[in-house]
This record gives sequence, structure tokens and C-alpha cells, in this order.
Amino acid sequence: MLSVSDPPAQHGAPAMQFPPSFTLPLRAGVGLKTQHFTELLSGEHEIGFLEIHAENYMVSGGAFHHYLGKLREQFPLSIHGVGLSIGGESPLDVAHLARLKALITRYEPQSFSEHLAWSSHGDTFFNDLLPLAYNAASLRRVADHIDQVQNALGRSILIENPSTYVALDASDIEEPTFIRELIATSGCGLLLDVNNIHVSCVNHGFDAAQYLRALPLHSVGEIHLAGFATTQTSDGVTLLIDSHGAPVAEVVWQLYADAISLCGPKPTLIERDNDVPALAVLLDETQRAEHFMQRAKPKTASVLS
Amino acid sequence: MTFNATDFSRALLDPDCVVGGLRSHDGSDCQSRFSVYRNNVCVSLVDALADTFSVVQALVGDEFFRAMALVFVRAHPPKTRILAHYGDEFAAFIEGFEPASGLPYLADVARLEYARVQSYHATDATPLPQTELTTLLTNPDARVALDPSLYVITSNFAAFSLWAAHQGALDLHTVDTQQPESWVVYRVQFEVQTQQIPKASAAFLEALQHGETLLAAIGIAQNVDAAFALTETLALLVNQSLIVTPSL
Repeated sequence: MLSVSDPPAQHGAPAMQFPPSFTLPLRAGVGLKTQHFTELLSGEHEIGFLEIHAENYMVSGGAFHHYLGKLREQFPLSIHGVGLSIGGESPLDVAHLARLKALITRYEPQSFSEHLAWSSHGDTFFNDLLPLAYNAASLRRVADHIDQVQNALGRSILIENPSTYVALDASDIEEPTFIRELIATSGCGLLLDVNNIHVSCVNHGFDAAQYLRALPLHSVGEIHLAGFATTQTSDGVTLLIDSHGAPVAEVVWQLYADAISLCGPKPTLIERDNDVPALAVLLDETQRAEHFMQRAKPKTASVLS
Repeated sequence: MTFNATDFSRALLDPDCVVGGLRSHDGSDCQSRFSVYRNNVCVSLVDALADTFSVVQALVGDEFFRAMALVFVRAHPPKTRILAHYGDEFAAFIEGFEPASGLPYLADVARLEYARVQSYHATDATPLPQTELTTLLTNPDARVALDPSLYVITSNFAAFSLWAAHQGALDLHTVDTQQPESWVVYRVQFEVQTQQIPKASAAFLEALQHGETLLAAIGIAQNVDAAFALTETLALLVNQSLIVTPSL
């Protein structure tokens, strides 16, 4: 089986180095949904890996852990956090970090990733990925948060580029530049969300191909593909929303092909969290992703057969 | 110019709040761009409540439920990052929610639904071996550890019957909502079971959960009803493997 084991970016002076922590197979995977538990256990499906949202499995016992434990014996696992609020102004919730550490120790995932966003402020959790200002102060703060997470977990993590809907006056660094600096400073890797690039570029009038090329593509450890929804502002401007509730759009597939032509094939997740269809429908999309992956040449010497 | 996350946060939950410090590349309306976030937050949290409280939703209808849930979300946004535990205050909120005052049983239906979700995710425990059960249950001074998935709920209304009617287990029109009911929620394998029990049995189980001895729990149950059915209540615990090895 092919595997990816890129070390974190070596630019700058990462605060601390960890052994390669991204060993997902070079295949396509799906998000683990409860309605697919038993079907996945049948072992009849060709799936590269499963991904879970960490917070859904921070429960004490019962079916979730039973099925995840069984499935973990069959599939590589990616754990994707939505609750650490790494981009937030508040200090990280150390109790949450401890829960995350316990979950990672229990399931030994091949990858752990979080978002360049915030999801809590004070003692309130918003259950959404909210935008942060990109400036020197926030760059230091987020790098410190990533450092804290990586030290607590004893491994490097991937950070996902966000979907955003409005720009902030307090930003004075372009998003791809901020991400590049962040990765160089903290030694984390990049979870390249191709749908988020498309959504953000439409929403903010960027050129997606240029945005993509401004990212530190050498540090991509995983790729996310998802569908988006469309809405309009009060003055009639179309906005895209990262909904995870639709098939991957054609324009996103094309951007994906462009991305892996630049960074080489990477473990790729089909993300679907709303209006979840039959597993077979998602597997059509994983097959399509693997088809693209086969046509893209590996770019790194560390892709082993 | 610094980003004010406190203002941004407040505006997520308050539609009358206008956020400053926003911009758009094309001059389009920043407040309606911001409202994507507000909508994401509110809809995702209302959806989370709808998942947990599906019978409450069925009893009041989608539109009423979502309006009520939105009021709750704005007043009681999550303090937990684990959404399976969000909504523990929803039943108490419903009790004080004036537009729902005509449905006095609604809060207890919410209590039942919340307990079912907690039971589903409760800690896995090891049933006490058969050989130790007899010794335990013949010792009046024994303290009995019940399965962590076991929840006891009592209501002045027929909240359980209303819930059961929505599972197709009985005809909604036969439910006398004014009938007090008690019930026990527990997990067998990975399925949550809900069973109506006599009020004295509920008092007995609650006493055991509070660490009372068998003898004391029996006394408490008999105070509720002199005809407390000890044998049947113990049979439920034994047959469903709800007596477990105490956690340390």
C-alpha cells in the first residue's frame, strides 16, 4: 500500500519537531457516519480511510466507541477536530485538549487535523468555524496554540484552510501568506480543503489558481473535497457556503486536479455531513478522487510503494 | 484596528447587534455576509436540538419547535464542545416558555429524550457475574451499582405514553396526558430501552443510584407505595444485566 509520510515544513525554525504523524494511505476516504456503521463493518467496501469529528466521539461509551473500535481494526483513521478553537483569542481549553489526547491515544489515528478558525469565545461554544483577523499578533497567537496542541499530543498536526464569508478590517496579511508563515513557524502541516479555496475565492474575489499556488503545497498532508451551497447578500451578490451537504462540484474537481498536479496525490477525503446519501454514492466520489490521484504524478521522494 | 471577538460573538446570537470591523472586496453588504455565520451557528444548534428532541418537535410541529429552539439557543448557547451533551437545560427552559404553557407535559418529554441520548452514550460497564448477584441481593446492607446508562424519570403527566405513541407503540388518542408516570431508560447492547415502571420502583432505583443500601432503598420505595413490587423490580435489573461491577 502507498503511504505518505511527509515531515512537517522545514522553513523557519519550528518550535519543536515531531516524528512524521501523517501516515494515511495514498487513497480516498469518507467521513464516518452513524448510518453507515454496519454497512462499513461488512468489509465489502474498498475505502482508503475513515475520518471522524473528534468531538462526536468524546462520549463515554456505547455504540459510537463500539463501532469505531471495530472499524479501526479494518480501516486507517483520520481524526478531525472542530472544537479546539485554535484561531481563537481565548486560551485553549486544556480539559478539551486532554480529552483529545485520550481519544488519539485510544484510536491511534494516522492523522489529526484542526481548523484555522475559532469556534468558542469565553465559555460559549458556537459549533461553527469563525474567521480570524490575519496579522502579526494573530500569527503569533495561532502559532503558539498549534505549538501547545502539538506538544500536548506529542505529534504534528494538520491545519485546514478555511471558508470565509466576510473580510475583517484587522487583517493585513493575505490568507495564503498567513498560512505559509504559520506552517513555517509552527511546523504543522496543511490540510488542503479544495472546496474551501473555491468558496473563499468566490466570496472574496480571489483567483483560485493563484491562491492555490500561494499556499505551502509542500506541506500538504491530506486533502478535503466537499460540496457547497449558494446564497445571496441583501444587495444581490452571490456567496458560497461550505455546507458539506452536496456532491463535490465540477469546478472543485478541476481545482483538485490542479492541486494534485502541483503537490502530488495526497490522501483525499470526501466530506459529507449533511443530507448524507447512501454509502455507495460517496464511494462513487472516492473512486473519482482516486482516478484523479492515479493520473497525478507523485511529487515527493517520501511516497513509497 | 484589532478584531473584537466579543462583539462578533455577541452578534452571532443577537440579530439586533451590528458588528463593526467588517469589509468586503466588492463593497457588498457586510452585515448580510456576517449573517451567514449567524445563520450557520443558529441553524446548526437548532438542528442539534431537533436531533435530540424529535418527539418534542413532533408534538409541537416543526415551525413552533424551531422558533422555540432558537430562543433557547440564543439564551443558552452551548457551554460544552460536545454536542451530544447540549440541551440539558432545554426541559427546564420549556417549563418556563410561555407559548408552550398549554402543553404542561412537554418538558418531561424533553427530559425523557435527553436521558435517552445520555443513556446511548453512557460509560460501558461490566455486569456483575451471576455468582455474585445472589450474594449481593441477599445482603440487606449491600449497595448496588446500577448500569451508568440507567436513568429514572418521574412525571406528573403521561409523558412516557406520549413518547411511546410517537414510536408507534400505542394510539396517541388513547393517552390521558394527566396520568402521572414513571419510567426507566437503560441500554441493552447498544440500543436504548424505555420502560414504564411503578412510582415506587422509580423511588427504589433512585435510592440505589444515590448509594442507599438495599434495605434503605426498599424502605424508601415502601413509603411511596406499601405494595412496592420488589421482586419485579429486581427481576428487571437482573434480566437486563443492569447491576454492574462498581467503578472504582
